[in-house]
Amino acid sequence: MFGWEFPPHISGGLGTACYGLTRGMSHISGLEVLFVVPKAWGDEDQSALTLIAADNFPVRKKFIEMKNFLREMTYLEVHSRLVPYMSPEDYAETVNNSEGGSNVYFNTEEIGKLKFTGKYGPDLFQEIANYALVAGVIADDHSFDIIHAHDWLTYPAGMAAKAVSGKPLVIHVHATDFDRSGGSVNPGVFEIEKRGMEAADMIIAVSNLTRTTVIEKYGINPARVVTVYNAVEPLELGEWPEFRKPVNEKIVTFLGRITLQKGPEYFVEAAHKVLMKSDNVRFVMAGSGDLFPRIIRRAASLGIMDRFHFTGFLRGQDVNHMFAISDLYVMPSVSEPFGISPLEAMQSNVPVIISHQSGVSEILKHAIKVDFWDIDAMADAIYGILHYGALSEMFKKHGKTEVDNLKWENSALHVKQVYDAVLAKYY
Amino acid sequence: MKTICLYFQVHQPFRFRRYRFFDIGESHYYYDDYSNESIMKKVAGRCYLPANQLMLDLIEKYGERFRVAWSVSGIALDQFELYAPEVLESFRKLAATGQVEFLAETYSHSLVSLADPDEFRVQVKEHSDRIESLFGVRPGVFRNTELVYSDDIGAVVADMGYGAMLTEGAKHILGWKSPNYLYYNAVNPRLKLLLKNYKLSDDIAFRFSDRGWGEWPLTAEKYAGWLRDIDKKEEVINLFMDYETFGEHQDVGTGILEFLRALPGELLRHNEFRFATPSEVASLHEPVASMHVPYPISWADEERDLSAWLGNDMQNEAFTKLYELKELVKKTNDTKIMTDWRYLQVSDHFYYMSTKFFSDGEVHKYFNPYESPYDAFINYMNVLSDFARRVNEMVGATETETTMLKRQIRDRDEQLEKLQAEINELREKRKLVATPVVEGEEEVTGSKSSAKASKPSTGSGSAKASKPSGKSVSAKASKPSTGSGSAGKAKPVSRKKAETGEKKPRGSKKA
Repeated sequence: MFGWEFPPHISGGLGTACYGLTRGMSHISGLEVLFVVPKAWGDEDQSALTLIAADNFPVRKKFIEMKNFLREMTYLEVHSRLVPYMSPEDYAETVNNSEGGSNVYFNTEEIGKLKFTGKYGPDLFQEIANYALVAGVIADDHSFDIIHAHDWLTYPAGMAAKAVSGKPLVIHVHATDFDRSGGSVNPGVFEIEKRGMEAADMIIAVSNLTRTTVIEKYGINPARVVTVYNAVEPLELGEWPEFRKPVNEKIVTFLGRITLQKGPEYFVEAAHKVLMKSDNVRFVMAGSGDLFPRIIRRAASLGIMDRFHFTGFLRGQDVNHMFAISDLYVMPSVSEPFGISPLEAMQSNVPVIISHQSGVSEILKHAIKVDFWDIDAMADAIYGILHYGALSEMFKKHGKTEVDNLKWENSALHVKQVYDAVLAKYY
Repeated sequence: MKTICLYFQVHQPFRFRRYRFFDIGESHYYYDDYSNESIMKKVAGRCYLPANQLMLDLIEKYGERFRVAWSVSGIALDQFELYAPEVLESFRKLAATGQVEFLAETYSHSLVSLADPDEFRVQVKEHSDRIESLFGVRPGVFRNTELVYSDDIGAVVADMGYGAMLTEGAKHILGWKSPNYLYYNAVNPRLKLLLKNYKLSDDIAFRFSDRGWGEWPLTAEKYAGWLRDIDKKEEVINLFMDYETFGEHQDVGTGILEFLRALPGELLRHNEFRFATPSEVASLHEPVASMHVPYPISWADEERDLSAWLGNDMQNEAFTKLYELKELVKKTNDTKIMTDWRYLQVSDHFYYMSTKFFSDGEVHKYFNPYESPYDAFINYMNVLSDFARRVNEMVGATETETTMLKRQIRDRDEQLEKLQAEINELREKRKLVATPVVEGEEEVTGSKSSAKASKPSTGSGSAKASKPSGKSVSAKASKPSTGSGSAGKAKPVSRKKAETGEKKPRGSKKA
């Protein structure tokens, strides 16, 4: 399985989903996972690793035992600077910034292995190609039955592994560039995505919304695309202290990257409408992103900054804290292939408003769903939940149960069925 | 000979428009005219008009032998008047045949019977008045919204003078007993109960066009055969269903109207059956047993209970908040408020908020204009919030007016008291002056000018002087008792009024 980050270094939904899915798979007997990630090695503890030297490609092997995993898992880390959610432009910027300063960057050169970045310049596509090369080597070294690649950065790796081993390839679409870019698709990324999809024996989409994108935008035969919904890790109670709300006011939260895809501007407009009619409510935007300056300007020009707060990017404990003091969670995403965070909010007994343009809206019943552009409906739902007590009660009562029934074990079983179908056809 | 009783429910809610929270206090029009009108016209064209014509044909064909009954909600009547007066006209034609019966219900097609017996009586009376003025006959049989029934509701209905009532032949109530007899209310045996045979009714209302159903296609002949198969001893078969079954819920293309047209012939052919209206059933048959229903039942869903309308927190909150306004609404005495009050109570609004359809399938979905029950709740509460504001403002205004008047009265009382005291004092003075008659007459102008200066002296003098004379003492003593006594009597009364007048709205606001 070609995946992305793994705990504790998680930067977004993809890592969470990979982690959940593999954990779910560890509960299925007769299914072993060899997990490969690209990773920029830093100053981590290197004693536990088994280095697999293959044609100068440094690969670190770990057997990791994790909580909630039934079995230990073979875990391979390939040295790379790849980070998910990065556009080629972002990547260029990161690399340029780190030039001369980063240990990670120079270490690679010093030990004389493949110069992943330096020699070729800040070229993400080259990086991906190299990763694919490593994947081919790994595929040659290990025995497995099926290849599973998560999202576009690993598609070439999956394809390479398939070419070397002759094993079937399943690709897992967590997002497409149509979601990330809001329509202005990067042709290079599109090319990689399309080739990956075409090469795959079966494609797993995280929602029907994404499945439709794959079929319509990438011209894939619908028979080769199946939907497997994500799930959510069970919440472990008592892990953090009880948070108390600092003010006796209602708090409405937006939590996510402040980018076009997440629809932050609709949240600001809806907040403005609500604030015109009620005064005991505050709005919080937790996250960071390229639209941040625009959002803050808009909020200021609407004159609501005394009631509208920015927290910056939150992670770990801070996210739990935010949920604990929230009375309502809003996800106005313009295009959200799935969207795990509303499920996390519901686990914390927070009612949620989600956009119809999110995959998660296909499976949730106990949530208010609006179109992302329908600011009136969004404002109305916010006002309703804050003012009509029975609504929150209903959500607390039913939402938690609903979300607790979304288990990764079920998603994993579904994926296993996909594997079985592919293998049955392949051999 | 078995009796067949056909009763059809005619109802269309006044659907609310999308009413956002920022409309609260800004706009007081709540209705979705477009969908109300278009749905009414659509259903009139597909069901009410053709079905009514069919009924007229049947009456013409079978004469006195065919009978049928409807219950038309006040809300539906209002909408017929607005959007489809020709439907009212055709009902009038049917009424003129004398072979049909119109039943009583609550004007608003409301669930008020579960909230407030007094308001329930008001709404039932409103509806019966309307039916009488439209069709010339006052209903003698009652059917409650959604066939909701309990012992207590039955007792109130009996008390209002209705001889019979319709309800569901709910299995969990009847147990081994058959719905095909007449029963009576457990509290007041004079109220007879007609029970819906839900199996045979639902065969037509829900299953008729279901191709997955083992009995599909259902013909009048087959159906009449089932009725003939019923135990010879059983007396009456009550087929109760929505009138919209014919042409709307079941499309014309399914042959539902042909089925209805053919059924009476099939049944009357063998002289084993007769048709009767509910009041005829009540007089033709004797009740066999009392029916004990401590908790309300209805005709909906598997459970035949209230869970479709009052089954979750949202529905309960909306329902309580609505009926909390009752007293205030009455005080407004405003026609616009009363109209909105009626339309807010329609049971459909609560049905839209049901979370049962998540598991309970299509029936709920079919009737629901909202995307989700949460949506329905938010919209309803927005409307209700605005309505409550209007009511409070109106009552508040009249309230300050009355308190102002009361204050004026109190001020006048005080003024009167003062003046009375002054008069008494002056009279006293006159008495004192009057006793030495000669002196006073001599100095008329002098006494006037000296009156000011002599006031204290004369006052104290009079007190001193009057001491020995018993008359003046008693006059003095009685001054406060009589003078303020008359005012004193008036005062506590007006105060009491003021107090009770203020208390009521305050109390109901809290509740």
